[in-house]
Amino acid sequence: MVQYSLERLDASFSALSDATRRGVLEQLGRSDASITELADKFHMTLTGMKKHVGVLEHAGFVATEKVGRVRRCRLGQRRLEEEVAWLENYRQVWAARFDALDQVVKDLKRKEKVDD
Amino acid sequence: MTNPTRIERTSERELVVTRMFDGPPRIVFEAWTTPALMKKWWAPKSLGVPLLSCEMDVRTGGGYRLAFGQDEASAFAFFGKYIEVTPPSRLVWTNEEEPDGAVTTVTFEDRDGGTLLTLHELYPSKEAFDAGHGAEDGLAEQFAQLDELLAGLVAKT
Repeated sequence: MVQYSLERLDASFSALSDATRRGVLEQLGRSDASITELADKFHMTLTGMKKHVGVLEHAGFVATEKVGRVRRCRLGQRRLEEEVAWLENYRQVWAARFDALDQVVKDLKRKEKVDD
Repeated sequence: MTNPTRIERTSERELVVTRMFDGPPRIVFEAWTTPALMKKWWAPKSLGVPLLSCEMDVRTGGGYRLAFGQDEASAFAFFGKYIEVTPPSRLVWTNEEEPDGAVTTVTFEDRDGGTLLTLHELYPSKEAFDAGHGAEDGLAEQFAQLDELLAGLVAKT
């Protein structure tokens, strides 16, 4: 079974709840970038961008690597998180259906009893 | 308390959903094969999209067509045909609204008078699986889904 790590999901969701961080991911989806480049792009201070990248890195969406004096950022092992998210969405669709199906099963059982 | 719904990606082109029901297989099977009953549960209110029509010719080789939408103009349909109908234990159908759609197998197993339901979706390839589950629509779509899920989680707390 896929084990949902709620803690990891929480980290993912809080990482993605911020528009700038989503923008950074989209940017990194197009090409790798240094923190300086990202800070410029999003009109932020270096410190502010470092924080955002740190949150994304913690959640596994971004991986960073020091190359000389520059910290390069690229997309991390986020695919798993994405997969868990859509899988969870899909599970919820079925869970909603099955909860409604419970009622139908209950009604049919009652009807059978009456007919006996 | 309702029984938990479990989902598992068993390979890159298939997934499995399982759930226990507090009624025998013949009853659960009936609920999956009777249009009037399907209408009661296939599109619960929480999904937000009502089932407009439901045609099911439940026999091997028979077709089905389920239309969803707020009205006829915005409706979209899921359709295909039944490959195997074995009451009360097994249903297999194709999903033909998209090219390379999945084959869905549902089994109903007796468990002490209850039913263990297993739904298995098998796509012809990983690419077809990704297409079928919207995984090819890129980051924006994924983020929209995450946002939605997040909103749902927050609303619950």
